Amino acid sequence: MAIEKKVMNCIMCPMGCELTATIEDGTVTSVVGNTCPRGAKYAKDELTHPMRMLTSTVRIDGGALHLLPVVSKTTLPKGMILDCAEELRGVVAKAPVHVGDVIVPNILGLGVDIVASRDMAAV
Amino acid sequence: MTEKKIYDIVIIGGGPGGLSAAKSAAENGAKSILVLERDREVGGILQQCVHNGFGLHHFKEELTGPGYAQKCYDLVKDRLEVEIMTDTMVLHIRESEGTKVVTAVNPKNGLMNVEGKTVILTMGCRERTRGAIRIPGYRPAGVYTAGAAQRMVNMEGYLPGHKIVILGSGDIGLIMARRMSLEGCKVEAVLEICPFSNGLTRNIVQCLNDYDIPLYLSHTITGIKGKDRVEGVTVSKVDDKMRPIAGTEFDIDCDTILLSVGLIPENELSRELGVAIHPRTNGPVVDQHRETSMDGVFAAGNVVHVHDLVDFVSDEAEIAGKFAAIKANGEAQPAKKDIAVNPGDGVNTCVPQHIRLADGADESVRLFMRARSPERKVTLHITDANGDVMKKPLPIVKPSEMIAVDIPAAKVKALAGDVTVSIEGGK
Repeated sequence: MAIEKKVMNCIMCPMGCELTATIEDGTVTSVVGNTCPRGAKYAKDELTHPMRMLTSTVRIDGGALHLLPVVSKTTLPKGMILDCAEELRGVVAKAPVHVGDVIVPNILGLGVDIVASRDMAAV
Repeated sequence: MTEKKIYDIVIIGGGPGGLSAAKSAAENGAKSILVLERDREVGGILQQCVHNGFGLHHFKEELTGPGYAQKCYDLVKDRLEVEIMTDTMVLHIRESEGTKVVTAVNPKNGLMNVEGKTVILTMGCRERTRGAIRIPGYRPAGVYTAGAAQRMVNMEGYLPGHKIVILGSGDIGLIMARRMSLEGCKVEAVLEICPFSNGLTRNIVQCLNDYDIPLYLSHTITGIKGKDRVEGVTVSKVDDKMRPIAGTEFDIDCDTILLSVGLIPENELSRELGVAIHPRTNGPVVDQHRETSMDGVFAAGNVVHVHDLVDFVSDEAEIAGKFAAIKANGEAQPAKKDIAVNPGDGVNTCVPQHIRLADGADESVRLFMRARSPERKVTLHITDANGDVMKKPLPIVKPSEMIAVDIPAAKVKALAGDVTVSIEGGK
């Protein structure tokens, strides 16, 4: 039976805990070094299907500023982040916008909405 | 003639520090609070920090920079005690017969004086520039501080260039490496003169490793190529005294250089006012209530010492807001004991620098420290004239990650003589 230990830094919060995951035959069997439950989940996800939040900006018509900052509602597959960012480059929102408003529903069919991260008044 | 209005508190700067101070001051009984902000809107630098990772400590949820700013603003915008003036640049602050006179200018009122019983300084910090680190060579277009580029990309809608080299691995540099990559630019390298990164570990992972951007530790830029526009950089390895090593030079082609080489608390107004500035933090010397060397002048956030987490800025500003409100209401108790807090072995900076206690004071005190060097398995040791006050084991310390420790009220009460904070063990 192949037992492998992998050391990584958790990225769930600025603490950056150092995690050691034990992988037995391709399955994560234990995670140590995390100081909260999110660390264990991160290590398992990172070794099987890494996920990332996406933050970017989109252009906005009629807004107080030129750009609207946006954020993915939940994490997206790491391998799709650049594709999603490219998709957002062509998006134009319309003011007014409230924090949390959906700007792009279900981006690239991944089941995750892109939402506004602040209010933007119309002018 | 109407009676001259004197605000309970005038707050200089409407970033997270200023807004959090205003909220806390209102909650603690201040009746009139004026926030002066030089930008077109409040929120400060958070408005251009579109990435997430803010707010886990203070708001118990993960927010983007603009999201965090929005929350801070939402907590004060409907409060009648709080008045906000944007587009307003403060030029000078002086003490006059017990009040603080703030001279400011804006397009609506022109030049004006406003008066406050107390002032809270929350001006934040600004970036070190090329001049501050003396990179030799021509001055072509294409050299930006990382924060200036961040504002261009995230708020104004311009790209500063396409092939990027970043000098400095502080958090802003790392965040910008990812940001430029997401906008379709190629980040060729991040260079760091120290043998370790000054950024959060999570940012090395998700901003550099995710995008296969190389990080060169113990390297710096020793030449900028190009006359009208940046065409490339010459990079050299440095020795343990940060001196370039001859023969190690190599070139990287690029059209843009971003500098993330440190932040300086912005204290021109504080110095003119006459507040004592600490030589190591470059910010006002403060006590545990964030009162400076001048009566009724408070300071909090990055103007006091540069933070890595905005959450701690808010925490600190709430303390300043509370005690400015108490002072403005004439309820502050005179301090009877003044205890200096000094950084000892392994500790670079420690805030507050003083603990001032009134008779019968019953309060815990949170100390914020920065380590001198990265270490593992160390003990944070607080001592006073009588010896041990407390010890706290820390699994890991890094200069880039601020350490916070609370001294419980009972131990604060028992403090005798000056306090020294050290980091022991390690290696």
